[in-house]
Amino acid sequence: MTAVSRGRSGVSAADLRRLFRDRPIIPLVALLAGLVVLSEIARPGIVSPEWAGVILRTAVPLAILAGCQTLTMLTAGIDLSVGAVASMTGFLVATLVGNVGLGPAIAIALAAAALAGVVTGVGVGIFRVHPLIMTLGMSLVVLGLANVWQLQMVQTGAGVPAEFRTLGSGTQVGVVPNSLLVFVPLAILILVGLRRTGFGRLLYALGDNPVAARLAGARGWQVLIVLYVISALLAAVAGFLISGLTNTASVTLADSYVLPSVAAAVIGGTSILGGRGGYGGTIVGALILTVVTSLLSSLGYPEAVRQILFGAIIVLVAAAYTRVTGEG
Amino acid sequence: MTAAAAARRSSAGDFIAGWAQRNAWTLSLIGFFVLLLLFTRMIQPSYGVTGVQGLAISVLPLALAAVAQAIVVISGGIDLSIGSMMALTSVVSATLMKDQSGEFGVIVVLAVLGLGLVLGAVNGALVVLTRVPDIVVTLAMSFVWAGCALLVLRTPGGGSADWLRELILGSIGNEWIPRAAVALVVVVAVIWLPLRRSVLGLSLYAIGSDRLAAFRSGIPVGRTKIAAYTITGLFSALAGLSLTASTGIGTPVPGPYTLQSVAAVVLGGVSLAGGRGGVFGPLVAVVILQLIRTDMTFLKVNTNFATVAQGIILVGVVMVGSLIQIRRSRS
Amino acid sequence: MTVTATDLLLEATGVSKTYGAVVALRSASLAVRPGEVHALMGANGAGKSTFVKILTGAVHPDGGTIAVRGRQRIAHSPAEARRGGVVSVYQEPSLIPDLDIRSNLRLTETPVDRFTAWLRELDHADLDLSSQARRLPLATLRIIDLARALAIEPDVLLLDEMTAALPANLTERVLEVIAGIRGGDRSVIFISHRLIEIAAVCDRATVLREGETVGVVDVTAGSEERIVELMLGQAAHDLPARADVSAGSRAAGTPRISARGLASESRLRDVSFDLYPGEVLGVVALEGQGQDELFDILAGSRRPRGGELLVDGTPTSFHHPADAIRAGLVYVPADRAEALLMQRSVRENIALPFSARLRGWGPINLGEERRRVDRGITTLQIDTRAAGEVRRLSGGNQQKVTIARWVAGGVRTMLCFDPTRGIDIGTKQQIYLLLRELAAAGSAVLLYTSELKEIQQACDRAIVIFGGRVVAEIDAAVADEPTLLRAAYDLRPGAPMPETVAAEALTEAGDPSPGSPA
Repeated sequence: MTAVSRGRSGVSAADLRRLFRDRPIIPLVALLAGLVVLSEIARPGIVSPEWAGVILRTAVPLAILAGCQTLTMLTAGIDLSVGAVASMTGFLVATLVGNVGLGPAIAIALAAAALAGVVTGVGVGIFRVHPLIMTLGMSLVVLGLANVWQLQMVQTGAGVPAEFRTLGSGTQVGVVPNSLLVFVPLAILILVGLRRTGFGRLLYALGDNPVAARLAGARGWQVLIVLYVISALLAAVAGFLISGLTNTASVTLADSYVLPSVAAAVIGGTSILGGRGGYGGTIVGALILTVVTSLLSSLGYPEAVRQILFGAIIVLVAAAYTRVTGEG
Repeated sequence: MTAAAAARRSSAGDFIAGWAQRNAWTLSLIGFFVLLLLFTRMIQPSYGVTGVQGLAISVLPLALAAVAQAIVVISGGIDLSIGSMMALTSVVSATLMKDQSGEFGVIVVLAVLGLGLVLGAVNGALVVLTRVPDIVVTLAMSFVWAGCALLVLRTPGGGSADWLRELILGSIGNEWIPRAAVALVVVVAVIWLPLRRSVLGLSLYAIGSDRLAAFRSGIPVGRTKIAAYTITGLFSALAGLSLTASTGIGTPVPGPYTLQSVAAVVLGGVSLAGGRGGVFGPLVAVVILQLIRTDMTFLKVNTNFATVAQGIILVGVVMVGSLIQIRRSRS
Repeated sequence: MTVTATDLLLEATGVSKTYGAVVALRSASLAVRPGEVHALMGANGAGKSTFVKILTGAVHPDGGTIAVRGRQRIAHSPAEARRGGVVSVYQEPSLIPDLDIRSNLRLTETPVDRFTAWLRELDHADLDLSSQARRLPLATLRIIDLARALAIEPDVLLLDEMTAALPANLTERVLEVIAGIRGGDRSVIFISHRLIEIAAVCDRATVLREGETVGVVDVTAGSEERIVELMLGQAAHDLPARADVSAGSRAAGTPRISARGLASESRLRDVSFDLYPGEVLGVVALEGQGQDELFDILAGSRRPRGGELLVDGTPTSFHHPADAIRAGLVYVPADRAEALLMQRSVRENIALPFSARLRGWGPINLGEERRRVDRGITTLQIDTRAAGEVRRLSGGNQQKVTIARWVAGGVRTMLCFDPTRGIDIGTKQQIYLLLRELAAAGSAVLLYTSELKEIQQACDRAIVIFGGRVVAEIDAAVADEPTLLRAAYDLRPGAPMPETVAAEALTEAGDPSPGSPA
């Protein structure tokens, strides 16, 4: 009761705090804008419609995979199998398309992803295996099986279908990436799904307080199985886009996306402890990471600096969230 | 201590039975390992000295990483930056030791171990001070340490002092005892056994087992947590040094050690919830996983099934574990 | 007899503590003389547990002084309190579950030989010090906690409900050991809900009420009544009596809930009652008499070990809270942290049950949801100024949200477990008014409350549970506080406490310790 008059700048600090807590998307967008301005200052003329197109095209797969993390983190989970699943589906389509055609190849890949999701969901939801372990184990299984498949396929060879290349790396009028065709509907589905469906509400509920969700009559395992299937399907779509973007099909293609996808969700304000966050922030988080990467590489900074900066941003942003929400 | 001594004397049989019960998982892992060795010998009669030596050298980095992970998991945390710390300490040692004398190499090794302590302490301090979940902080720090490794050495390079390489190559005494295995056991025993018996060691278990009870028992929870991360940093540095020693160079890109160490820890009987398990279970688990891989090669099974098997074993063991727990809590 | 301050072993004065808006301790004081066993008494929520936490350094007080042997000191951690001569045995075991006993002793710097000596005193000489705490039965853990605290030889030993989990024979032993400390240089602060234990070992009792020390009583034969009076205070006068209940409203017909001999693994022994539509049935019990388990069973989150549960006349068993909800039994827990999504909005919290069922997973009809939520908000007059995050609401408003969740969907049977714990008087009134309205509209309400004066306000009748059994059924008309409290302590006016009941009450089921009745 002694420090009532603490903090002379009390009003503005408190306001800022509330803003950060209630509408984290605003400071995040400000940060993104700041980074864009910084890019322009550092490299005058670099910010252009084409530049924006490249940024978007690069950010889309990351944003989709970060969507998997957002959804699972809302339930206090995590999905480390997205890298393996995304690589697997991209690879499956590339190897199958020659034999069975594009449509069936996509269907098979999606089915394989969904199967992985069901197994993960059963492990997490029914057997209560820690999501970290479950998805880690699942990624080993998927990677191993994909490798086996690779050896089977070594004689037939693999080729990323032209449709994926167009979708993943093509643009309209040289600016608007085609991948937005996939991403925009997906993003709307996730954003609306989280806010306006009972399932979305249950994700928040399970992560915020599983006991309360149970007392309100929710059966957590049902939610978790569906959730991990959705996450695996999203990863599959991201896998298609990544293989199209890079024009490669490899069983480890998307591995390097896993940790950044978690980072994008954390930066976007989704709590790894569950119950708080949303997809809007995650999209901005993915854009921030992409712009930072682009800015640093345009300045000729080595990969090393990018990584260090990534790490620093995650710790700082997460610490800021922890402070303003008083959690932990 | 007289009462303790009396209790110990009271019944050696009971004591052994109790010890065996507490270490049941590790003991069954060892039993399984022996069976697996016999099996290996059966399917590949030529599997012998070179095989065992190769096995010992190839598991060394992951074994030390698993010990590092085990210590922090026992204390209720998790460290996703172990692989990056290994890369950083490895490149630092390789860069400094390149073309230098063996004596200088000793200084480098000591300095790198010190570096490991510092890296771990930074991780721990950030976890405690920011109150951000362990997994997020160490994920972020994995980027930072990996970036630092790239700053030190852009591409694989550097060198290793000869004595460091010889420390883990070849065998000692009997040709069946690979130096790498001896080095591993000695290092772990010298650091872990006294630690485990110390008050700090007990405190590590205590904060992982029950934070509130630990606080009520008078344990400084925050400081102990930082200590746990610091020791994990030390073992990560040892793992990094073993990378340098076994390859002769430093590689700035982190290997798959972080997630594999988590898997090994879980298989080794350490509870992710903290407080339970030791470092020897994970050690044996690492060796078993590697041996399964070897056997699959001998059996002409596609080695990739080894990865599948590793995943299934990991998930299966945890599933069975949590099933038992669910059943127990119901009854 | 005059005692100067310096003669006191422990003296606390004016200790206060607030948590946010809730005043846990207003001004608590306690003076313990050397060599005495001093009882700390108070009804639920009187501030005992906060006071204990402050004395043992687990919580830092806002104000007040604490002196041990004349030395002013406020401990900042349990370790500091221990060095200052105050050691506590907490309500729940505080051994590290994954360590063996010897390691636990090392962590607390406890001399092993003195510890084993005390173990012998406490009939546990054969305990293996290398056994893991997790594997030992609860009663043994309590004994170890006690022996450890005794071995540290603190100036002040604080025993917080230490006998609650002990079988009768061990309780007796513990009481003997405590009595043995009497008269020496050290003192014991003893907390128990069992008045016979207080009478058996304590010299004096300090009574807390609403965060304040309201009296110190010399414990002699018959002083129980005086203690109970102090605990009650002016109780019945602060609230206006409830408007007349239509006495005949207790409808006949099929009971909504019929419990027949319900029992749980641990504390619940044998509870039977009928809850009719149109009534509010009160449940009165001291802490830990099995009422938690009873409500858990009714709410579907725990399966009974014995007995039968009929809902609307049909035998039922619940496997999940969802089953109970489908049968029309909705549950309002005392701990709002158990019921609420603290980081989510009022709207989401109230609408949660609608999403819970599989067919609620789809798109939400926002208009309909708003109507339902608004109905809940207006019925309970929830202050929605901080509606964005439930954890920023006051305790009273939070509790209203947990009730509104069920009211919004229409209530058949509501189970309220201490719904007014720690909330302000105005909200309490509103909640009780609402419960009456629900009953008047034909719903059935089962209400456990730790505030006895509320029974007469809200209920039509009350059952009293002691030692896991229903020991009395009292009509609201005669259920004044003294009557209820006596019944809750199983004290019958005029009649001495029957030895068998007392012994049984002290026996904890499912906790086979050597020599205890199976």
